[in-house]
Amino acid sequence: MSPLTRGNPGETHLMMGNEAIVRGALEAGISVAAGYPGTPSSEIIETLAKISDDIYTEWSVNEKVALEVAAAASFAGLRSLAVMKQPGVNVAADFLMHLALSGVRGGMVIVAADDPGALSSINEGETRLYAKLMEIPMLEPGNFQEAREMTCWAFELSETLNMPVLLRTVTRLSHASGRVTLGKLPIPDRKAFFRFDGDMLDPMEGPIMTPPVGIKHQSQQKKLQQAAKLFEESPFNTYEGPESPELLIITTSICDLYSKEVVALLGVKDRVGVLKLGTTWPLPAQPVLSRLATTRNVLFVEEVQPFIEEAVKVLAAGSQLDLSSLTFYGKYSRHIPMAGEMNPERVTAALSTILRLESGPVSPVSKNYPGTSLPPIPPREISFCPGCPHRASFFSINTVLQLDNRQGFTCGDIGCYSMGMLPGGFFTLKTLHSMGSGSGLASGFGKLDKFGMDQPVVAVCGDSTFFHSAMPPLVNAIHNRSAFTLVILDNSGTAMTGFQPHPGLPVDTKGNQAPPIDIERVCRAMGATTRTCDPFDLKATQKQLLEFINGKEENQGGVKVLILKQACALSPKKRHTQSFEVAVDPDRCIGEACGCNRICTRVFACPGLIWDAENNRATINDVLCAGCGVCASVCPQNAIQRKEFP
Amino acid sequence: MIALNHDPYNLIITGVGGQGNVISSRMIGNMLSARGFQVTIGETFGASQRGGAVMSHVRISSTTTLSPQIPEHQAHMVVSLEPMETLRVLESYGNPDVGVICNTRPTHPIGVISGRLSYPSMEEMEKTITRLSARSWFFDATAMATKIGDPIFANIIMAGALAGTGELPLDRNVFEETLKSKFPPNKVALNLEAYDKGYGMINRD
Repeated sequence: MSPLTRGNPGETHLMMGNEAIVRGALEAGISVAAGYPGTPSSEIIETLAKISDDIYTEWSVNEKVALEVAAAASFAGLRSLAVMKQPGVNVAADFLMHLALSGVRGGMVIVAADDPGALSSINEGETRLYAKLMEIPMLEPGNFQEAREMTCWAFELSETLNMPVLLRTVTRLSHASGRVTLGKLPIPDRKAFFRFDGDMLDPMEGPIMTPPVGIKHQSQQKKLQQAAKLFEESPFNTYEGPESPELLIITTSICDLYSKEVVALLGVKDRVGVLKLGTTWPLPAQPVLSRLATTRNVLFVEEVQPFIEEAVKVLAAGSQLDLSSLTFYGKYSRHIPMAGEMNPERVTAALSTILRLESGPVSPVSKNYPGTSLPPIPPREISFCPGCPHRASFFSINTVLQLDNRQGFTCGDIGCYSMGMLPGGFFTLKTLHSMGSGSGLASGFGKLDKFGMDQPVVAVCGDSTFFHSAMPPLVNAIHNRSAFTLVILDNSGTAMTGFQPHPGLPVDTKGNQAPPIDIERVCRAMGATTRTCDPFDLKATQKQLLEFINGKEENQGGVKVLILKQACALSPKKRHTQSFEVAVDPDRCIGEACGCNRICTRVFACPGLIWDAENNRATINDVLCAGCGVCASVCPQNAIQRKEFP
Repeated sequence: MIALNHDPYNLIITGVGGQGNVISSRMIGNMLSARGFQVTIGETFGASQRGGAVMSHVRISSTTTLSPQIPEHQAHMVVSLEPMETLRVLESYGNPDVGVICNTRPTHPIGVISGRLSYPSMEEMEKTITRLSARSWFFDATAMATKIGDPIFANIIMAGALAGTGELPLDRNVFEETLKSKFPPNKVALNLEAYDKGYGMINRD
């Protein structure tokens, strides 16, 4: 079994940041964990579901519900964890604001995973501002060991303060791996019971609610002051460097490792000190002010927003320090870029400029290394996998909108199918925002006929996204007589994040049987006209879609829902299976001479195909082809042939 | 503990999403962590799985926890599952002393499949990679893996080849133990076969 549940105190294991967080939560003795999948946070709930039967784990329908599920456990006296990626915090924010005010009972920790650099996101959102906005304490682990230790301590802190505690991680910590020395696993002994008959203001025995707001808000402020005091003594805030450094770096999270590494690489350890903060809200005054008093130059290294930079400046302004003797460098001075993730190069550039280093920000190697003057290397655009149903779906949506010829367009949504905006998805998506917003935008576009708009409106959403947040806008559209076609790309799982189950499937988070909620029946019950097609059947899909957007169906106008159902090619049930053996008949494929504009490779462009320029014909990449056989339907010459596997 | 010939030692494993980069970097990381080294593996996954260029940074030290990103031009070894990705990595992380182990089987990006861009010839790439590195090995790990039963084994063949260079204290027994803890017995045997085949591809003189 996993060292996460088996490992003994003192043992050291190589763990992903997210696994270290899991171990920390286990060492804190959590009973309930809930979340919604989102890179880079997904492995936390996934791992807990896999390794522990003592804990109730749940992939909730969305992040707000996950937070509520976790809060209920806390109200009943248990320790609980809510996990989400940054945009999920936006979804959960409404409840979080009230939860922060009402307080919690059993230790409750919210893990928010940010994605600086938008490595797997379509925004560069920053969770830390929520700590300030919601007035709750926040911790930021700076390495793998701290990810375990801080998670575990966060529960204790939460119980000391009766407040939810935010633990902020980032992709480069959550998805990186490092060595973690384990602590002790407790024997679970908590019983769930919700006490509500005590005094209204009794945090342990009264009802849990935000009123009376005036009193509760004051007590929240007191608790924050108590947190700040505890943080002053925290071992998670550390200083490394000379007593009076020429330059003081103030940093947090994974940026601590970049800072320390670059200071060593540039050989400036005797000139630069690094103050690493692990308890970043409320900012602990004493450790910061006492360090500021020892230097004249300060550089803030953090991602994404200048959060600590602003907090330290506010702190300094209210202190006895002589501000005229201090120079601050960071995002405001543009020594650290305002956007994008941090890396050793960015820290090197800032240090080289501030310390006026002769070497400058450019690595001495790159000056003479011929590798830096290569001819351009073709970029590797991300695209749908071979055998992906989305390629076929977007091919059909695109074909139909072109046939219809009224400049119809498609509103995008969040999932693998967001790549419908790229060449691999035929540039089909024309809007792309948050979860469920494709349907909300379509609901709005669908009312603009009053102002002369006659473009057909299509929205797409995935099966998991449908449950997460596409249902309310669909209700809105139907009730308000909007007109559009919602194409639900149902690939039987939350594919992009690793096939987590959702309420439409007959299994729960742990893989046990669960009652599935039928998407088509839900849509029909709302009042939409619905059809289901197999996206691999291009003809039937296109015919149905054309009827829907032409409004020739019964119930003209209104909201139509087309469910394109076909499992993801990488899904556990499909992976390593092929429906067809696909081959190109070299006598029938006449390449550029065909007049098909090389539709299979130039247009459809499945990575399972190869364009053999030398012989002027397409071939199949045997290693990559998933055997879906759709390219055979695309080829007008019947040159691509598929043979069913017996 | 055995001394590393560079401390920190910076290894990059690169390829295309779906080639098993993550498993390979974790296997190697586990083998070194089990011997007491500080290991940090930096990688990203998510969107990058979908046919994008992927890169794992494996950083090994006997003393300190390193950041998950290797500074530019500081790689000691590049293990590459796809030839064009080797060039992409060398462009940012190469230096005159770097070593390269390269799978010669190309995976064409969408731009090449559709004909907008052209894929460099293997001959040309081998010449460039040789010029950009101090030592390099080239072989078709995908063909070897297909013979074993699945092209995915190319990632383990490359790990075996890395062990074959002798640049890192990779212990086959630790590899076997790690496999046994993660895979059923039949998979263990196939992975070991892949590892040994890769090991054998390196000419040690």
